[in-house]
Amino acid sequence: MTDTVSSAVETPYDVEAIRKDFPVLARTVRNDKPLVYLDSGATSQHPTVVLDAERDYYERHNAAAHRGTHLLGEEATEIYEGTRAKVAAFLGAASPDEVVFTKSATEGINLVAFGLAWSLKPGDEILISEIEHHANLVPWQQLALRTGATLKWFRELPDGRIDVDPSLVTERTKIVAVTGQSNVTGVIPPLREIGDLAHAAGALFLVDGAQLVPHHPVNVQDLGADFLAFSGHKMLGPLGLGVLYGKYAALDALPPFLTGGSMIEVVRMEETTFLPPPAKFEPGVPPVAQAAGLGAAVDYLTELGMDKVAAHEEALTAHALAALGEIDGVRILGPLTTENRGGTVAFEVEGVHAHDVGQVLDELGIAIRTGHHCAWPLHRTLGCQASNRASFYLYNTHAEVDALADGIRYTKKFFRV
Amino acid sequence: MQLQDMYQEIILDHYRNPHHKGLRDPFDAQVYHVNPTCGDEVTLRVALKNVDGEAVVDDVSFEPLGCSISQASASVMTDLVIGKPVGEAMKIGDAFLDLMQSKGQLEPDEDVLEDAVAFAGVSKYPARIKCALLGWMAWKDATAQALSHSDSSSDGGQA
Repeated sequence: MTDTVSSAVETPYDVEAIRKDFPVLARTVRNDKPLVYLDSGATSQHPTVVLDAERDYYERHNAAAHRGTHLLGEEATEIYEGTRAKVAAFLGAASPDEVVFTKSATEGINLVAFGLAWSLKPGDEILISEIEHHANLVPWQQLALRTGATLKWFRELPDGRIDVDPSLVTERTKIVAVTGQSNVTGVIPPLREIGDLAHAAGALFLVDGAQLVPHHPVNVQDLGADFLAFSGHKMLGPLGLGVLYGKYAALDALPPFLTGGSMIEVVRMEETTFLPPPAKFEPGVPPVAQAAGLGAAVDYLTELGMDKVAAHEEALTAHALAALGEIDGVRILGPLTTENRGGTVAFEVEGVHAHDVGQVLDELGIAIRTGHHCAWPLHRTLGCQASNRASFYLYNTHAEVDALADGIRYTKKFFRV
Repeated sequence: MQLQDMYQEIILDHYRNPHHKGLRDPFDAQVYHVNPTCGDEVTLRVALKNVDGEAVVDDVSFEPLGCSISQASASVMTDLVIGKPVGEAMKIGDAFLDLMQSKGQLEPDEDVLEDAVAFAGVSKYPARIKCALLGWMAWKDATAQALSHSDSSSDGGQA
């Protein structure tokens, strides 16, 4: 992936100034402790500009987009389609028509999986990996059960990376779907290599970009994916709005997923013809307020520069790997260097269950995720029942990484391990 | 610091040295329960005996994979129910459920709940209530299955 964003003026990355844009980061939590939010992999926080954009939409422009002959309807349509164009530019897509709004990354993946259900036959193969989030696993598993196709997967290696075994890609493979970045170990698979394998076999290539797009510069032309699904709320945008990028021809070949109003061309009692993509996949009154927020989020990220966001997170990750790595009894799941690895750091504390670690850290004001993080097979393979996960974003600081390390030491003391 | 509210010494003691841990024979029913939000697991067996026509909890054994709260709660639960008539044990379970749903507002009855009163602090943390209830729910399920087995086998005997 190459940088799609270039800023004319080089400005230093000022995390303290950035933090002032995020009201929630100023609040205190349990016992009046300042909030140390290390759970952006689950959902990110929001800058004021995103909140303002949503509020402004409701205060001044609220209407059903794509219908109505009044000014507000026109303005709502402009906001909605404006965000589509911003997202397309953010991803380097060939056209805004390659951007489908969904409610989540999960829905985007299901949209593709349900669309393929019409054409998959027994003997066809679906290829995923063992490190997938359940959102990029269960839809394919269920698609296989529904169609009689065979689900295959790349194995997970002991360091959390994928064993990209080319022999798993055959002329029967219809789609290869892998994560862009593991939501547990931060592993970034060799996406280009996997995509080339898929395309050489005539298969489609889908990337679950939920943890990739918010944190790295992504250009879909370089990525080579036919589909890229991600969520707005993990990249400073509102909850409830996701994106499915698809090459136009790939989207055009898929039948609609959810059907109803706004996605039709002509409806008769016996049959219906559908609009072309992206409208084909967007029935119902569109979520314009969320789109207004996502548009502001994309502007915010673009202004910061995704290359700088990625560099900041890489520095935090290197710091965390070092700081946690030197605590006795802490086992980091996944790669121990930042090479092809993003800013989520999952770990176990020997003798203390993840839930208990999370509870003690919460008492110190530190918010992390505990459990299997919707990636149960990944955990099983690593011999781990549940883990702790700290995930970093553009507003986190090195002092917060130190607070996490201190919190883990305190936890060990509390449980006397 | 409210941590000590939740992690009372009784709880940590049960966690470090759980009672009745390890699956044992004989048993009338075995269940496997998970907490899907965090992946905590428990496999639990129940053996009942008939004492003067009344079903009594003869043994409960379990193999847990989970946090301190879920393991300690299962351990305390076994102490509370083993040796008691099923009806009485279910009532204790109901009292524990009430405590867990009380958001910290209920004064637990130590005569009924014994060591389980230590979990009162847990009820203030919604995310942990399921941890404390995992073993209890598994026990209720296993007991119901064991009772229905004994019903159907006695029906079979009469037929």
